[in-house]
Amino acid sequence: MDHPIKRDHSRFRKIVKGKIRDNLRKYVSQGSQIIPKGTDKFTVPMPSIDIPRFRFGDKSQGGMGQGQGQAGDPVDGQQDPNGQPGQGEAGEGEGKKELDVELTLEELARILGEELALPNIEPKGKKSLKSTVDRYTNIGTSGPDSLRHMRRTYKQALKRQISMDSYDPENPSVVPIRRDFRYRASDTKVEMQNAAVVIYMMDVSGSMGDEQKEIVRTESFWINLWLKSQYKDIEIRYIIHDATAKEVDEHTFFRTRESGGTLISSAFNLCKEIIEKDYNPNEWNIYPFHFSDGDNWSADDTKLCLDLLDKVILPVSNQFCYGQVESRYGSGQFYKDLVAKYGTQSEKITLSKIKNKEGILDSIKEFLGKGK
Amino acid sequence: MNRSKPITGELLALKNEIEGYAIEAGLDFFPQIFEVCDYDTINILAAQGGFPSRYPHWKFGMDYDQLSKGYAYGLQKIYEMVINTDPCYAYLLQANNWVDQKIVMAHVYGHNDFFKNNAWFSNTNRKMMDVMANHGTKIRRYMEKYGQDTVESFVDKVLSLENLLDVSELFETSAGKRRRSDQVVQEKAESTEDGYMFDDRSAALKSFMRTKQRSNKKEEVKKDDDDVSAERPLTVKSRDVLGYLIQFAPLEEWQADIIGILREEAYYFLPQRMTKIMNEGWASYWHSSIMTTRALEASEIIDFADKHAGVMAMSKQNINPYKVGIELMRDIEYRWNRGMFGKDYNECSSMKDKIAWDTKLGKGREKIFEVRKSHNDITFIDEFLTPDFCERQQLFTYKYNPRTGRFEIDSKDFLAIKQKLLSQLTNFGQPIIEVEDGNYGNRKELLLGHVHYGVDLDVQFANETLKNLYAIWKRPVNLRTKYEDKEVIFNFDGKELKTNNL
Repeated sequence: MDHPIKRDHSRFRKIVKGKIRDNLRKYVSQGSQIIPKGTDKFTVPMPSIDIPRFRFGDKSQGGMGQGQGQAGDPVDGQQDPNGQPGQGEAGEGEGKKELDVELTLEELARILGEELALPNIEPKGKKSLKSTVDRYTNIGTSGPDSLRHMRRTYKQALKRQISMDSYDPENPSVVPIRRDFRYRASDTKVEMQNAAVVIYMMDVSGSMGDEQKEIVRTESFWINLWLKSQYKDIEIRYIIHDATAKEVDEHTFFRTRESGGTLISSAFNLCKEIIEKDYNPNEWNIYPFHFSDGDNWSADDTKLCLDLLDKVILPVSNQFCYGQVESRYGSGQFYKDLVAKYGTQSEKITLSKIKNKEGILDSIKEFLGKGK
Repeated sequence: MNRSKPITGELLALKNEIEGYAIEAGLDFFPQIFEVCDYDTINILAAQGGFPSRYPHWKFGMDYDQLSKGYAYGLQKIYEMVINTDPCYAYLLQANNWVDQKIVMAHVYGHNDFFKNNAWFSNTNRKMMDVMANHGTKIRRYMEKYGQDTVESFVDKVLSLENLLDVSELFETSAGKRRRSDQVVQEKAESTEDGYMFDDRSAALKSFMRTKQRSNKKEEVKKDDDDVSAERPLTVKSRDVLGYLIQFAPLEEWQADIIGILREEAYYFLPQRMTKIMNEGWASYWHSSIMTTRALEASEIIDFADKHAGVMAMSKQNINPYKVGIELMRDIEYRWNRGMFGKDYNECSSMKDKIAWDTKLGKGREKIFEVRKSHNDITFIDEFLTPDFCERQQLFTYKYNPRTGRFEIDSKDFLAIKQKLLSQLTNFGQPIIEVEDGNYGNRKELLLGHVHYGVDLDVQFANETLKNLYAIWKRPVNLRTKYEDKEVIFNFDGKELKTNNL
């Protein structure tokens, strides 16, 4: 039987469900530095419910510490919420605030999925990809010295010596000879996998300010997270464009500030080239995302864009997502053009307007909610 | 449920060994029971304040959630837990290595001795294990009867006021005690007349049955005297807010009982909150002393030093009670061994003489035993913190510097440090709130007063707390306090929150 605390626990989780949504919302919209650490870890607050009590305001209360330093020196580091190391005595937990805890990306993606009620993405049959992987899981009798398996080799030698009665427990020397040598050998495994590629395109023209880029950044982080949890290997490509487009790495994607005019078609062209070159649509789930403030240079270019979308990009993509960030300078015209052509309920195109940071969560839901 | 089991074999032998050293050192403790358990169980126990059975409430689930995650991600680990009961129970983590278990056991004997001898614990109920379990049963029954949500949300409201305790309640006046013992005797007489209750039943069981009888009686009284509430003595000043509510708030029987239960538990934990530094200091003093003089094998020294240093780690953001406690205990011992106190010593103006001062008094041990008997954290710091000590321990106060946007060391001055420490410890770190008037404005409104010692209340929290208080008092509630140097009264009348300047 489970301990009764499990019931308390599940009750707590249920209460938090109503609340976690707020926490998560706050969390996402502040983009509160969810930076992956190492390979796939980052910090996230643990849910907690504060029972209101009469208590002192924290503001400028200060505190006490121990250690070297003179007046005016900073008390370095952050407030350590878990004050005491080591032993804890039965007593009352005081001042439970939010603790930073490392969650794996998978867990966070699961939470995200639960909270947003995102459907799990069904792998598409035709896009299942067979791949062979070699792994050193086997043992062989020949191979290069660098792969020699010492333990197995000695074990073999020991076996041989015992069976030949040349092993003396009093003087346990084991000397392997040539045919005792064992080597790590590779096994070839066929793995089925669903491959996905996300192509982010961002408008970095003069009208996209830092705030707009921050929104794009936060949103693409969470979208990546969800897609990564759904596909084993996901490739991400980044394109930035103003009047011309170029492919960049992640770092540049999030940090560049360029200026100049906007020709969206340049990005779509590059996107098309990338797909044609690297991603066979029969094997890949392709998700192009485009973020912009909706300002395109000319109606001609817009026409060209729609053409490209229609003829090339849409047929090969699972879903084309267009997110329009509201900007002081942008006209927002491109959104209207897309709506005019495809309507808001299109199967292949998802359109979303992101008003401000608070709008990110809803926008993610719009993009991923269809479960494609 | 056998989640924890008594120690056997090697651990039992170790226990006997350590217990021998503890006795030899002069520690005086309750019979000690050690049990081992896995990390999950120890997390459960810790979440439940050390007790295997508590009333159902999500807050235990929350603490469990945090402890489990903390453990899973390697943020924290509980080596040991000890509970103030007689016999004294302590839980050891199964995965501890041998040296850890030794340290922990020695540490536990320190706590045990402290629980038994420190005056602030003298009135705590040592059968709390049973009492807590009974509380669980009672609240579960109320939940069955009135619905889980109803009862739980009431518990939430009471928990909101749980920190409004009166420290002096820990020592009832002798008159009060006599009255109570009379009552107990009387009840005993009654119950034996019934031929219903035997004397060897545990005190906890009796208390359990007693509330039932009391509630029956109360109902009778109610019938007798219907307008008792109309003339309630509503002007007693009291810091025991929960006690006041039980007496004077318009409560259902089960609600009064729940407040009583939570109040009893809060008072049970109170001495531990008041003696954190001393208690940990004392236990650390003894684990260190027992380990280094008796229990430690030569091969274990590095492990011990490593663990001990980890526990004693100083932090620039917080005072580590283990560190300050053990150092202060040692300082007292040192000073009383060499007679470094009193008029002559204090008035000596030569630093050189002071440092070399030694009257060969040799009363160090005696003194710290005396200290552990009668002090709590406040009096402990107040009496024994010295400028020398602050300097040696590199204590400082810090505060927020709005110009640089960071916390900075403010002062290393003795008086400033002492002041800060004492104010942090005052009223076990909680604001002092007292009931000032139960018939405020002659409208049966409740008036609480915040005794302001320089730090404002968190307004948001105060307002939410008032809402919860209103739900219990059922008439408008007021809180008089100082906010940003102005006298104000926060008022909640069931609909809206108002702030009235005085």
